Amino acid sequence: MPDATGLELLAQDLRDADPDAVLDTVFYRDRATIIIDAERIGPVLEFLRGRGYGFLASVHGVDYWPDEPRLGVHYELLDMTNVDRVTVKLRVHTEAPNVPSVANEWPTANFQEREVYDMFGVVFDGHPDLRRILMPEDYEGWPQRRDFPIGGEPVFFTVHGPEGVDYTLGTNVAVPDRLATTGEQ
Amino acid sequence: MSSVSDYRRQEMSIDLSPAEQQIERRPQGDHDEVMREQELLTLNMGPHHPATHGVLRLLITLEGEVVRDCKPIVGYVHTGIEKTMEDKSYWKAIPVVERMDYLAYFFNAMAFCGAVETLLELEVPKRAQYLRVIHLELCRIMSHMVWLGTSMLDLGAISMFWYAFREREEILDLFEMSTGQRMHTRYIQVGGVAEDIPVGFVEKCRKFCKVMVDHMQDMQAILDKNEIVLHRLRGVCPLDAETLLRYGVTGPLLRAAGNPWDLRKAHPYSSYDDFEFRIPVGTTGDNYDRYAVRVHEVYESLKIIEQALDGLPEGPYIADDRKVVLPPRHELATSMEALIHHFKLVTEGFRVPPGEVYYPIEGPRGEYGFFLRSDGSSKPARAHMRDPSFVNLQAFPEMIKDAYIADFIATLAMLDPILGGIDR
Amino acid sequence: MEIVRSDGAGGSASFRERGLRARDALKGNLESSDLDAYVEERVLTTQMSKMVDWAQSNSMFPLTFGLACCAIEMMSIVAARVDVARFGFEAFRASPRQADMLILSGRISIKMAPVVRRIYDQMLEPKWVIAMGACSSSQGVFNNYAIVPADKFMPVDVHVPGCPPRPEALMHGVLKLRTMIQKDPNMGWRQRYNAEGTEEIVAPAPNQDTADNVYRGGYAGA
Repeated sequence: MPDATGLELLAQDLRDADPDAVLDTVFYRDRATIIIDAERIGPVLEFLRGRGYGFLASVHGVDYWPDEPRLGVHYELLDMTNVDRVTVKLRVHTEAPNVPSVANEWPTANFQEREVYDMFGVVFDGHPDLRRILMPEDYEGWPQRRDFPIGGEPVFFTVHGPEGVDYTLGTNVAVPDRLATTGEQ
Repeated sequence: MSSVSDYRRQEMSIDLSPAEQQIERRPQGDHDEVMREQELLTLNMGPHHPATHGVLRLLITLEGEVVRDCKPIVGYVHTGIEKTMEDKSYWKAIPVVERMDYLAYFFNAMAFCGAVETLLELEVPKRAQYLRVIHLELCRIMSHMVWLGTSMLDLGAISMFWYAFREREEILDLFEMSTGQRMHTRYIQVGGVAEDIPVGFVEKCRKFCKVMVDHMQDMQAILDKNEIVLHRLRGVCPLDAETLLRYGVTGPLLRAAGNPWDLRKAHPYSSYDDFEFRIPVGTTGDNYDRYAVRVHEVYESLKIIEQALDGLPEGPYIADDRKVVLPPRHELATSMEALIHHFKLVTEGFRVPPGEVYYPIEGPRGEYGFFLRSDGSSKPARAHMRDPSFVNLQAFPEMIKDAYIADFIATLAMLDPILGGIDR
Repeated sequence: MEIVRSDGAGGSASFRERGLRARDALKGNLESSDLDAYVEERVLTTQMSKMVDWAQSNSMFPLTFGLACCAIEMMSIVAARVDVARFGFEAFRASPRQADMLILSGRISIKMAPVVRRIYDQMLEPKWVIAMGACSSSQGVFNNYAIVPADKFMPVDVHVPGCPPRPEALMHGVLKLRTMIQKDPNMGWRQRYNAEGTEEIVAPAPNQDTADNVYRGGYAGA
């Protein structure tokens, strides 16, 4: 990992190249993170590729609810020659969840951006084929958002007849809304 | 008696000119285009198919017997594990995370526990690290055995299935001895391992390592220089390291193409730097190299296990921090504090300081990177596994361009996708 | 190692006797009481349906249907330690038309459920289903938006608990199914679900109003 000073120098160079890109840097548990503005993800990744971080290991999404801006997308970069990792993070609101896609320059991001779209609803502009990958094509809702209920079914014991027994919603039990089987928060 | 036989005379009397005239009268212009488009066939190799690689759906565009394009459709075993983990405390999430890539369950648990330990800044004792390494390498061998059995089954060498699964049964016996379960053992816990190994485990494991070398050599004797295996795997569907890196491929596929990237050597975790082992690397990146790399990885894993057994230090098998780790059961009868700790840990769970961490390890298919976000409560706020099968699958359409269907099946076998990891 | 030979007197005499009687039977030379004794020894009488049930139960063709982790343990029963070929069930068929036992090995996601149902409908009667593992019976470890238990959309005959069940446990489940078939191949689910058979209904084409092509998979005579 680049150490704390290395991270600051990298962020400084990034700021010199593109003044508005870098919003913050975090160095936590020996891991370097750069938080950038969502629009600039393409040039930032290219800049880091020029610095040797040529391998995009992972693209994944996070829901920071109830903090705003809510949806985050993280890009894990790896430098194989120096064995360095750096994370690039960006955050968008649910009202305008658009992030430029990097799938054309980094082909590994293709499926991974589709998964972030499927699970969180982040729309990647410029993605060659943005559609649901894990859920059925016509599914409604963004499952891994924090206010999407976890769902589930009552266990279907046949001795109770074809409807089964709905033990998930008891009569006197205060069930948190997250566990409710229908409705939104 | 003429020099030309009756048959020849009859043959020469056939007049082909009407047919030739017909050929000349075919429409001109874009002749090849028209012919080509008429031949493309899109076939659905549906989620249920004879190849034993899980519920992978592939839309293959064929021209005759040659595959021109392939679109994988996944999600048929999507279990919502990541969402389920957000609902469970860290201790209770370990059995859930193990079920992601169901042939590398120790690796799933290791990645998750490693991420939690990083956030907690918890030190894992040396004995626990060695025990983790032993079980991880046994799991790697087991995964490669299942891969070998099922992929040779796909190629037609059906008896390899029984040989490979015989070895797998031996390894599962070892797992059952130390953990109590064959699969999904929940052995790797936050802070170490769940239990110490019983008496007799070390001997049985050593015996296994010796016997396994012989059995692997037997299997290699059947397959390595087998003419059919060579014809079906050698030179088939190669992909260079450059393209693989662009697709984010890691693991034996990348090593077969010549890039010796292995996280156990590059960025050692859990005492891997105490052991001496080599990384098998291929040259051309074709199917035969992928097969050979995995076979030789088994030998290297056996070496690691033997070194770990030789150097297994004494000491605790799990960290001491009672705020995170369950106290040993015999203390519950005597110590009130232990009882309170146990109660708190089982009902509410331990709290992890807020933060985000990405913890990568090297598994049998590549880089298993676990992303964990904690918001200070006792449940993970976001748990995500960067699964290597998911990322490696993106390189598959590139690999099988312009290959025959038979080669396509062989390449799918050599890709070693595990749908549990792809879909999570 | 000592080889112990049984004394020749009783054993070999009756063996020779039986051999001579068999030769006579083949030649048609056996007389009344000898013939009766021979027939009693060699022939057993039963009902036709019982014989058919016995034959069906001992020659089930499972479908290769591995979904998730349980599939690996299902492959283990084909392997040498818990050998399913001992009982005659090693002929795993890949095509649902040729199989009669569906082992749901693994978790059924909501995307996979229609596919499972379609494959079940494509199987010909008589057919049986084993829900292997906790996930297919009742969602198992995962009670969430993505998994559905098999009982919600198809009849299941035997549930095998475990996560994953040991190969011995799955074998126990298969043998239990075998005993159940010997008693009654329908196992009462027709009455339970008030069904005559299962049908594969092909969805209508976009410019069609109703589905004209309905495949009614019936038992011979139904």
